[in-house]
Amino acid sequence: MSTVSYSQIVRDGLWTHNTGFVQLLGLCPLLAVSNSVINALGLGLATTLVLLASNTTVSAIRRWLRPEVRIPIFVLVIASFVTAIELAMNAFWHELYNILGIFIPLIVTNCVIIGRAEAFASKQSLPKAALDGLVMGLGFLIALVLLGALREVIGQGTLFSQAHLMFGEAARGMTLHVIPDYRGFLLAILPPGAFIGLGLLIAAKNAIDAGWQRKASQKTVNLQEIET
Amino acid sequence: MRFSTASSPHWFVGPSVSQLMRQVLYAMLPGLATLVWFFGWGVLLHVAIASGAALASEAVVLALRGKPLRLFLGDGSALVTAWLLAAALPAFSPWWITTLGVAFAIVIAKHLYGGLGYNPFNPAMVGYVVLLISFPLEMTTWPPVNPGVDFASSVQIIFSGHPAEHLADALSGATPLDAVKTQLGLGLGITEIINGPAFGLIGGQGWEWAAMAFLAGGLWLVMKRVAAWQIPAGMLGSLALLSGIFYALDPQAHASPWFHLLSFSSIYGAFFIATDPVTASTTPRGRLLFGAGVGALTYLIRCFGGYPDGVAFAVLLMNIAAPTIDYYTQPRVFGARRD
Repeated sequence: MSTVSYSQIVRDGLWTHNTGFVQLLGLCPLLAVSNSVINALGLGLATTLVLLASNTTVSAIRRWLRPEVRIPIFVLVIASFVTAIELAMNAFWHELYNILGIFIPLIVTNCVIIGRAEAFASKQSLPKAALDGLVMGLGFLIALVLLGALREVIGQGTLFSQAHLMFGEAARGMTLHVIPDYRGFLLAILPPGAFIGLGLLIAAKNAIDAGWQRKASQKTVNLQEIET
Repeated sequence: MRFSTASSPHWFVGPSVSQLMRQVLYAMLPGLATLVWFFGWGVLLHVAIASGAALASEAVVLALRGKPLRLFLGDGSALVTAWLLAAALPAFSPWWITTLGVAFAIVIAKHLYGGLGYNPFNPAMVGYVVLLISFPLEMTTWPPVNPGVDFASSVQIIFSGHPAEHLADALSGATPLDAVKTQLGLGLGITEIINGPAFGLIGGQGWEWAAMAFLAGGLWLVMKRVAAWQIPAGMLGSLALLSGIFYALDPQAHASPWFHLLSFSSIYGAFFIATDPVTASTTPRGRLLFGAGVGALTYLIRCFGGYPDGVAFAVLLMNIAAPTIDYYTQPRVFGARRD
């Protein structure tokens, strides 16, 4: 396995191989829970924690893993972390836990997590695997929160509604009414809005990439002109 | 004078896209006129708003995509989408409903999928469904027949969103299908419901005549071979069959087949919406199947679904199935072996 630099890991996780926008893994929770920023934040943080913990553990035990049984072991590791986080959320953020419902235990089946364990953590050193878990999780979190913000603003004209579910009663005032007296656009909150929103975000990311590429190629052309 | 037919090759002159689109627009004229006659100036205003919004959003997207403006704007496809959607909207819904629906239809349902000829879903119906599920209140407030609103008040209602005091009652009615659904839910029998104020000879008052006018336009389209006859035949056939079976079982709990057939949306959907050559099946047998699917789904949604009418949903659902239907109904090439 070729060695990957730390900066490369960060760049891959957050942008070039972003799980939400490029790898398109874990779409089920991404589409289902992104109807508001707070829901997205809750699930994104839980997934990031699981990813960090499972990647670290898998990397730490990789020398003793027999290839024949590696997948069941991955699943066991991931399931135990998910169970721990599910119990913690049930205890500390009970209302948020109720809203996210089945999608917390379903983190076990999120293909991002088992994918990173198989493709990266089981072959890399512990610090690299841990960093990969963290940035891949953050990439997923960013995708979730962006989509959640887009759908919340278009759907009901607010941001951070029900922030108290996550940050306690003091955060009730955090809700921003981006568009005052908005009568709502239900489609954005409903499942089709998730698909359309994700499609638009992916298109925006591709457009940004294309713009960078154009700029980079122009620069090389300019350099060549100077040299000749 | 004698025109002798020379031997092949022949030069084939098929109708161009803009010719086809223009014929669809002509075929809609009698129907639209009837709607204006029964439901007031609002219909006409919505057609105008929709046309403007369609041309504007088409122009913007074409410019973004770097396509020749004149060629694609002139083909009339955007206007057809606009008119098809506008005719399906409640006559006095606010202007932004039309604008939003048409913009969604053109930008998302048509151009994001590749533009004219590439869209898998009927753009007008995508726009309609988006509006229906997002703004159920505005989309189900239909005026009763002959609302008696003059042109100036129509403009004011549509653009300000607030009808003048004395007109508020004149603007809320229920469509016949809606009335049947809610009143069946209240335990009334069909004969009682049909004798209610919203109903005419067979279908809804006024609606049945609009349906007739669109039927005439649709038959002309079929005669001109702009619309394939198999699709309306399949759709109305399966709708009649299903509603006939249920009507025979219990005529008090299910509306009659002729009520279903002559409801405005059945005729309109069968001849103008489902026959969209881009999104429907293209093989002869496939078109029959496609139409039958639309008819069956329409009946199921009307009678057992949450919405009073289901033509739009039925058409969209069958749009997804059209490529599969085409795959399995390819006609045998002449002379090829039968497997």
